[in-house]
Amino acid sequence: MSEWIEIGALDDIPKLGARIVKSPAGCIAVFRDKDDSVYALENKCPHKGGPLSEGIVHDGKVTCPLHNTIIALDSGEAVVEDFPAVKTFEVKAEAGRLLIKANVLQEAS
Amino acid sequence: MKRKLVIIGAGMASGRMLEQLIEGNKDAYDVTLFGAEPRGNYDRIMLSPVLSGEKTFEEIITHDSDWYAKNLVITRFNEPVKAIDPKAKIVKSDGGEVAYDKLVIATGSKPFIIPVPGHDLPGVLAYRDLDDVNAMLDVSKKPNAKAVVIGGGLLGLEAAAGLLAQGMDVTVIHLATHLMERQLDPAAGYLLQKDLEKRGIEIHCNAVTDAVLGKEKAEGIVLKDGREFKADIVVMAVGIRPDTALAADAGLAVGRGIHVDDRMITSDSDIISIGECVEHDGAVFGLVAPLYDQAKVAAKTLLDEDAKFIQSDISTKLKVTGVDLFSAGDFAEGDDREEIVLRQTAQGIYKRLILKDNKIIGAVMYGDTNDGSWFFNLMKTGEDISEMRDTLIFGPAYQGGGTADPLAAVAALPDDAEICGCNGVSKSTIVNAINDGADSVGAIQTCTKASASCGSCKNLVSQLLAHSLGDGFSAPVAEPVCGCTSMTHEDVRRMIKSQKLTAMQAVFQACEWTSSSGCHVCRPAINYYLLADWPDDYKDDPQSRFVNERNHANIQKDGTYSVVPRMWGGITTADELRAIADAAEKYDAKTVKVTGGQRIDLLGIKKENLPGIWRDLNAAGMVSGHAYAKGLRTVKTCVGTDHCRFGTQDSTGLGIKLEKRLWGSWTPHKVKLAVSGCPRNCAESTCKDIGVICVDSGYEIGVGGAAGMDLKEIEPLAKVETEDEAMEMIVAFTQLYRENAKYLDRAYKWIDKVGLDWVKEELSTAERRAELVASFDHSQSIYQVDPWEERTEKTEAARFQPIADLSLEVAQ
Repeated sequence: MSEWIEIGALDDIPKLGARIVKSPAGCIAVFRDKDDSVYALENKCPHKGGPLSEGIVHDGKVTCPLHNTIIALDSGEAVVEDFPAVKTFEVKAEAGRLLIKANVLQEAS
Repeated sequence: MKRKLVIIGAGMASGRMLEQLIEGNKDAYDVTLFGAEPRGNYDRIMLSPVLSGEKTFEEIITHDSDWYAKNLVITRFNEPVKAIDPKAKIVKSDGGEVAYDKLVIATGSKPFIIPVPGHDLPGVLAYRDLDDVNAMLDVSKKPNAKAVVIGGGLLGLEAAAGLLAQGMDVTVIHLATHLMERQLDPAAGYLLQKDLEKRGIEIHCNAVTDAVLGKEKAEGIVLKDGREFKADIVVMAVGIRPDTALAADAGLAVGRGIHVDDRMITSDSDIISIGECVEHDGAVFGLVAPLYDQAKVAAKTLLDEDAKFIQSDISTKLKVTGVDLFSAGDFAEGDDREEIVLRQTAQGIYKRLILKDNKIIGAVMYGDTNDGSWFFNLMKTGEDISEMRDTLIFGPAYQGGGTADPLAAVAALPDDAEICGCNGVSKSTIVNAINDGADSVGAIQTCTKASASCGSCKNLVSQLLAHSLGDGFSAPVAEPVCGCTSMTHEDVRRMIKSQKLTAMQAVFQACEWTSSSGCHVCRPAINYYLLADWPDDYKDDPQSRFVNERNHANIQKDGTYSVVPRMWGGITTADELRAIADAAEKYDAKTVKVTGGQRIDLLGIKKENLPGIWRDLNAAGMVSGHAYAKGLRTVKTCVGTDHCRFGTQDSTGLGIKLEKRLWGSWTPHKVKLAVSGCPRNCAESTCKDIGVICVDSGYEIGVGGAAGMDLKEIEPLAKVETEDEAMEMIVAFTQLYRENAKYLDRAYKWIDKVGLDWVKEELSTAERRAELVASFDHSQSIYQVDPWEERTEKTEAARFQPIADLSLEVAQ
């Protein structure tokens, strides 16, 4: 099995938007920033479990739709509060395709 | 070696003392806890909600068996202590003798039973413990059960309200001239009596009980004046007596209660006593606050630490749902006292402050008790109120004018006072943030989250800044949109219009945004301004929408959504209801709820099922209700001339026409309408953003009502004669609001800023109204589309599904 798994096309995700991937490690939110950089985080806000994939994306951050907790997309850390960091996964865009690191399959949720 | 501590009585005081003791030093004592009741410590003052059915017994347990086990407390419940031998230092019960090094007597009090004939019949109860409550609940199950409560004090009235809630016929018999005479003055007692009578409790003051009637069991009572009342139970709640029997038998000094000194030590230096059984400096105690203070002192004494019990003023609140009553201090009249009284009879509000030497010494409030803690605080600190005397009775909100210090109220708040209720931020957290360098409301929002949710505490935060920074702080005249810019909403809107900015990036550029793609605060606002001002040129940006408006459904706390189909004017049909029922079943709606806006909410729908449920509802002819949108929500109606014998106009018809004209339009905040067919106002028009009340001669249109975070009554905008004129006026008003208001300002907030006179002026000429209506209709030609239908097509619907599903892949 290769090291990366294809999950779809970059254009399946709108700029400043996100889609989710279901995985053995739970729901993963895959974000696309304005500059087409992509990030993958567990789809669960450390505050009250809100679906981060539904938040507003802005400059490398996402604002949780439930109570406006702001999470940095690269580190998974809350910008203001002292919450535990959201789990991040490796994801990349190559030639318009979206690839996620295969070790996501080994992670237990 | 650990010393042995024996505690007699498992009530609230002993529970609190145990906590303090264990927290102080859990290894100091081996503890044995005796209790006469067959259960451990529970919150006795919460028995009233248990009686009324608002809480269960489990919810009021303060210490459960796990807690005792964990803290190695040996419990001997259901085992009354028979005697104390202070010389041998042992206590005796049916289970034998237990030796102690230190003994705590917390036997509490006994209810006082009036010794009238028949007082010992079955069915005569006190209101003291869970057994009493259970006995009352048992009787209440009988249909048409009747209860007589003797005693119109705090306890008796709580019992009466609880029994009423259980469906019993309740009569209160009270000896004094007004209810709760120890806490209330006659005026407040009268208001309380009227309130309770309105709820269905029969009340007789000045009534002296002569006897309990009945042979085998209580069947009623008779008063001295001969009046008789039938009853299945008679509850005596006339007072309590400290339970001093054990202490007296043991030879301790006892007066009304067990004598204790400031350290809660009795006349025997190894015996401590706390709670309702003690007498300290001539006083006995019945309310919980001083008991907790005693518990704290007793724990310290047991740990050989210094502590002193000081009696202080206490305040009272009656725990009867829906009755707001507050009393504190001394409120008797006297030559050396003055009083300030405020009565608003129509609202049932009564406030009275008793002053002595320019200090508050007592306060009684009825109907509106919000300022109770502020007054109580002034009373406890003994503050000189002569400076704010004239406005004192209006509470802290009115202390801004004159020579009074506008910051006095916020300065007076204790450190743990909650400033931001949404995010639970206390005064001290905010003050610490200010001391760490936060110097604006925005900065405080960022580092504490205070005022970051509903924003209603912004003013308080601002005052805290002013108070903490002194002259270094000047309240900003206008708040910028967000941290990305220094411009206000008004500035940005002006720029968008004057510079013809038709794209988000153009706004960021022209207004010198400091972030490249804005933030969750500014993007939805700018997106709204652009689509409202340039319907032709700007394309709505879903990524700048809050989740609800992007997904056209209301997100719930578990990440599922609620779906509300539109019901024009609140009218539906059997076919629509059938389709809704089918959809609810097919898509597994967890809850189906009728909303306040006269339609049906299907809750608990999964995101991936949204396009499916929309397709089904579309097929039955229904469109999105926009129950999630900053846009037109509902037009509530009554049945008007169609059915109602009072209806003056076709209110339902006008409501449906308005909803069909206005639906789908985006607005700065939600917009709710209502049309009532007559001034009886069954559609509640007076608290809507736009409310119409039909009268014989036409239509009265009011605007700026709300029933949310703020409660606002509409103000009259215009009165017109025909339905067409009403439509025109309302559409023109809506467009004026769309073009001018700040994003997230409800109509009333906007009107507050621009003034109703300006709005009326704008709408006064036919030309201007026509212009506004034309702009609105043009916008509607683009935006009045059913978002559900748009998203049930294949490519759009796919966006609601996961991009990939790896959950079934097997790891190699």
